[in-house]
Amino acid sequence: MDIKVHSDGRKLNVEVKGRLDTITAPELESKLKENISGITELSFDFSALEYVSSAGLRVLLSAQKIMNKQGSMVIRNVNDSVMNVFDVTGFIDLLTIE
Amino acid sequence: MKSFTIEATTTGLTQVLKFIDYELESLNCEIKVQYQIDVAVEEIYVNIVSYAYNGNKGNVTIEISSEVNPKSVTISFTDSGIPYNPLEKKDPDITLSAEERSIGGLGIYMVKKSMDYVSYDYKDGKNIFSIKKYL
Repeated sequence: MDIKVHSDGRKLNVEVKGRLDTITAPELESKLKENISGITELSFDFSALEYVSSAGLRVLLSAQKIMNKQGSMVIRNVNDSVMNVFDVTGFIDLLTIE
Repeated sequence: MKSFTIEATTTGLTQVLKFIDYELESLNCEIKVQYQIDVAVEEIYVNIVSYAYNGNKGNVTIEISSEVNPKSVTISFTDSGIPYNPLEKKDPDITLSAEERSIGGLGIYMVKKSMDYVSYDYKDGKNIFSIKKYL
């Protein structure tokens, strides 16, 4: 997995490439932890994300909970496989997917 | 049938998926279906790592076999840990809000929803969890 983070202190964009699974989810979690303070607009670019397992969902859920308090969060460019996981788990209703 | 035995550790997941992907690719499995199977394999494997051996060392054996007409793949996971049937776990409430949500049980729920057949058996001191997916 490869994570690219772009932040201007207020807006944070996170690009995730590869697989968001049990092995890689902690990496994303720590990248978010480092950067999320003071952020009011969090966006994820999932155009190169292959799939997400429940470990990845856990990280997205905790990011959503933080952003519900301090601003907004949006997920863009979700492929069919990832969308299927969001759909089956009801995450489609918790997240803002564009 | 191909078989693969590994010590149940989280980092072993990479090798497990490599083994599964190699077999699925040789069956010309559609990528979308391959990802569904990969997620299911991860959830079951990680479950075994977390619960089977209570922090002690132990192995997991993964077997994969395929059938033609209709084309399908069957994957089984065998461990000699404590008896544990993940299918008995209550399904999570997927209608709750982000604040009320927890992740517990979501992995196995995804397995149930994405595979065509799931089964659990405890036999000769072993947990055997199997999944089947039509390709």
